[in-house]
Amino acid sequence: MNFDPRYSGRNFSSVGTRPIRPDGVDKVTGRARYGADFNMAGQLVGRVLRSPHAHAKITKIDTSKAEKLPGVKAVITAADLPDLTDGDASMYDVLDNCMARGKVLYDGHAVAAVAAVDARTARQALKLIEVYYEILPHVTDVDEAMKHAAPLINDAIFTEGLEEKPVKPSNVTKRSQFGHGDVHQGFGHADFIVERSFKTEQTHQGYIEPHACVANVSSDGTADLWVCTQGHFVYRQHCAQLLGLEASKLRVTSSEIGGGFGGKTHVWAEPVALALSRKAGRPVKLVMTREEVFRASGPTSATSIDVKIGARKDGTITAAEATLRYTSGPYAGMWAELGAMTAFACYKLDNVKTVGYEVLVNRPKTAAYRAPSAPMAAFAVESAVDELAKEIGIDPVEFRIKNAAQEGTRASYGPVYGPIGIGPTLEAAKHHPHMKAPLAKNQGRGMACGFWFNFGGQTCTDLNIGMDGTVSLAVGTVDVGGSRASLSLVAAEELGIDYSHVKAIVADTSSLGYNDMTDGSRGTFSSSMATISAARNAIKVLRDRAAQMWDIPVDDVIWENGQAIAKGEKYGNLSPLSLKEIAAQSGKTGGPIAGHSELVADGAGVSFATHICDIEVDPETGATRVLRYTVIQDAGKAVHPTYVEGQYQGGAAQGIGWALNEEYIYGKDGRLQNAGFLDYRIPVCSDLPMIDTQILEIPNPNHPYGVRGVGETSIVPPLAAIANAVSNAVGVRMTHIPMSPPRILAALEAEG
Amino acid sequence: MRYIRPLSIEDAVGLLAGSAGTAAILAGGSDLLVRMKGGFVEPDLIVDIKAIEGLSEIRETADGFSIGAAVPCAVLGESAALKKAWPGVVEAAKLIGSKQVQGRCTIVGNLCNASPAADSVPALVAAGAKALVAGPAGKRTIPVETVPTGPGKTSLAKGEIIEAILLDKRPPRSGDAYLRFIPRTEMDIAVVSAGVNLTLDEQGVVRVARVAVGAAAPTVLLVEEAAEALIGRTLDEATLERLAKVCSGACRPIDDKRGTIEFRRKVAGVLAKRATTTAYARAGGK
Repeated sequence: MNFDPRYSGRNFSSVGTRPIRPDGVDKVTGRARYGADFNMAGQLVGRVLRSPHAHAKITKIDTSKAEKLPGVKAVITAADLPDLTDGDASMYDVLDNCMARGKVLYDGHAVAAVAAVDARTARQALKLIEVYYEILPHVTDVDEAMKHAAPLINDAIFTEGLEEKPVKPSNVTKRSQFGHGDVHQGFGHADFIVERSFKTEQTHQGYIEPHACVANVSSDGTADLWVCTQGHFVYRQHCAQLLGLEASKLRVTSSEIGGGFGGKTHVWAEPVALALSRKAGRPVKLVMTREEVFRASGPTSATSIDVKIGARKDGTITAAEATLRYTSGPYAGMWAELGAMTAFACYKLDNVKTVGYEVLVNRPKTAAYRAPSAPMAAFAVESAVDELAKEIGIDPVEFRIKNAAQEGTRASYGPVYGPIGIGPTLEAAKHHPHMKAPLAKNQGRGMACGFWFNFGGQTCTDLNIGMDGTVSLAVGTVDVGGSRASLSLVAAEELGIDYSHVKAIVADTSSLGYNDMTDGSRGTFSSSMATISAARNAIKVLRDRAAQMWDIPVDDVIWENGQAIAKGEKYGNLSPLSLKEIAAQSGKTGGPIAGHSELVADGAGVSFATHICDIEVDPETGATRVLRYTVIQDAGKAVHPTYVEGQYQGGAAQGIGWALNEEYIYGKDGRLQNAGFLDYRIPVCSDLPMIDTQILEIPNPNHPYGVRGVGETSIVPPLAAIANAVSNAVGVRMTHIPMSPPRILAALEAEG
Repeated sequence: MRYIRPLSIEDAVGLLAGSAGTAAILAGGSDLLVRMKGGFVEPDLIVDIKAIEGLSEIRETADGFSIGAAVPCAVLGESAALKKAWPGVVEAAKLIGSKQVQGRCTIVGNLCNASPAADSVPALVAAGAKALVAGPAGKRTIPVETVPTGPGKTSLAKGEIIEAILLDKRPPRSGDAYLRFIPRTEMDIAVVSAGVNLTLDEQGVVRVARVAVGAAAPTVLLVEEAAEALIGRTLDEATLERLAKVCSGACRPIDDKRGTIEFRRKVAGVLAKRATTTAYARAGGK
């Protein structure tokens, strides 16, 4: 394949417009099929029994009574999911997380599952399963877990990344370090230094659709899985590996998705449903309750972060340092590492050092959540940056502009930046009318910046042209934010036809080559690249067919505005052939016309954003109200601006919830206290103002249209922007997220 | 599980009194159905009271108002006379859950669910509301504050049903108000709350006062000392501060997922102050 992905600077006719999304009508009329909307004849109901303990040895599981209950068709434990991971440690963790093997590691950890003829029977069967536990001491707090006296969660874990190999096991699975220069020397040149410690509590992605799947394992070793996921190809690989199936014999179909945000990149229920179906010999539907979603899926890391930044009187940062401790649940992760990489990515620094510690705790296995790990690091760093600006006496926007990374800056995590958007988003913020709007009593304004890497990855796309000249586009990246609309625009653009003549679908795993999942803001970035490539391949065929129809050499046929044109004066009497005309003759000129593409979408452009927030605090109750919110972010090129704005607003909304009220609350017994939307408080509609957006377009040189991923960066600045706004409103620096009313009131009272 | 929809209160009482296993009364179902779905309760008998004559009506009587046990909270907001007489009670009922929930839930259900955080209860207690109880031994009328005895527990005997809530006719220059604290704007449960009911004399001096605090003890508290702090006074700064202090002091809250002891104490006082200011203005005080 000789596809040139470089940015070409072309003019657009379809890309950048805002047509209605192809999945919209079905979604608003209830026709769209989500995970739980699929049913099969003879289907059983699957339910999972979960640990009530944070940490315990399973001494015995007796399923005999449950098996005897009429209507129960299968009961499984870890014994029905033998270890086939062959030394793959991270897959072993996935397996252990799906069904506890000998030890339960958190409140909610699955220990057994049943498949029965109806939900009532399945629930009764769960009550009949007898599990005997030997309770072990537990730890849920990140700082407590790092102490020497803390209960050990896994005594086979020795901290990686230390200079000397440790002799004792630890809850710290890994230490990582990034940076350059000499921070000690840098702090020596500083006139002002701010040093502070911050904490953030664990949050959940909060997708409205719970995990749901239907599994059907046939006696011939083939299987089907219908599932709500961000990546059906990845689910196929993981399930095939854990169940001992051949990947090509497991067909996975992704449903519509009611939110994922990183939380549906990981298998939980699916291997269990497949194992139940295999044992029962019937299809099994497994839908998690909301309580199960909270207790056993998601969540993000809880963190504890120390930041130190020094600057000269003129506002130049001389050194920056951070130590970041992130929980990863009871299994090894790389969440602190991502935090350590992103923490200072917005700035041009001569001396910078970040250290990350991955910490095991008795909480659910940490999963990705929209720009995973970056929001907490940004909260700590951007709070300290704001405070430092105040100490120096320089405007916080000017301070950031002065120190912003640029093209050619060596990022704190290693690479040298190409053209980037941090400076332009800051300049746009400086000149935004929001910055000059008046504030009343008890109101404060805050701003903050954020960064995310973005990702490209493996992508495969098919483009088929029907005999009526309409185009069907089959992609393998699950549509989480309007990508079918965006990719249809891209196909229309490249072919030169109208958007309404393109229909995009997400193909199942047996219909298309492998695709990485929709994560890392890659859906539109990578699949648009593959769509452009597939369309160009189809155009080659179209030109060839036109050449045949005219009986002239193909090199004399060019493609322009959706039609083949015979190039040169000698063809003056040949009228152009439209795509529709060529398609109509395809049966006589060589058969169906299609374009295929498989590629690794390298060169995902890094992404930056600046947010501005106004907040009002009731000083008597600590209640907060977000009055105004503005998101400014670089999109590279906004393919469908409405959905780009939607991503900006969605990230901000989730960030507002995280900043103000969302948190996992554990009791002393290590049990989750608020496994539901009543007491795990995501914002409701009336909690949010209209979130204003401004799209900047600084083309990504590594994409034909200049596209960058846009999905994640928008959740990075809000924690810090809101913390800065609250701190400005009440005059007390808030260092603990969420800034719930009791925390704000306590901070105010402490200040006296 | 048996589901029965009796047509008379006597039949309902008979069914409940004669039931062998666990029995539950269904009106709007906004608590019961949630608890059943969550697997917390599985009643053997469900008695749906919505078809009983008169239970879905708000009646204006010579003594005041009688609100049937099956009247949804949304309907309270549609009664102009009730809203005019008892705006605090109506605003409390209209804070429960969401718009959709308010179309189903009832104030009697809210009372009998016996949560200390129930929104309508502090307002009803402040209003001096009474519950008309039908039971195997006949009918009796009791103050609402005697119904809940602790979280999830009531003083009602087996077979007893609250048929209606009774609110007095209003003397002139009266006003009530209810406020709760939630971290969100809606779809939430009170972290702490306060209901206040006042009657003033012609000079704007408080003559009758009732102050109730919610979510600050195992049951809603009727804070008599707070009423005493108001009676005989107009609303100057010192009176309000004294009221806040008394209300904070009366709280016996707990630390839980919704709030801390310190937070509930402090905010109980703040809300009592603010609700009193509103009730005073509604009573015509200046």
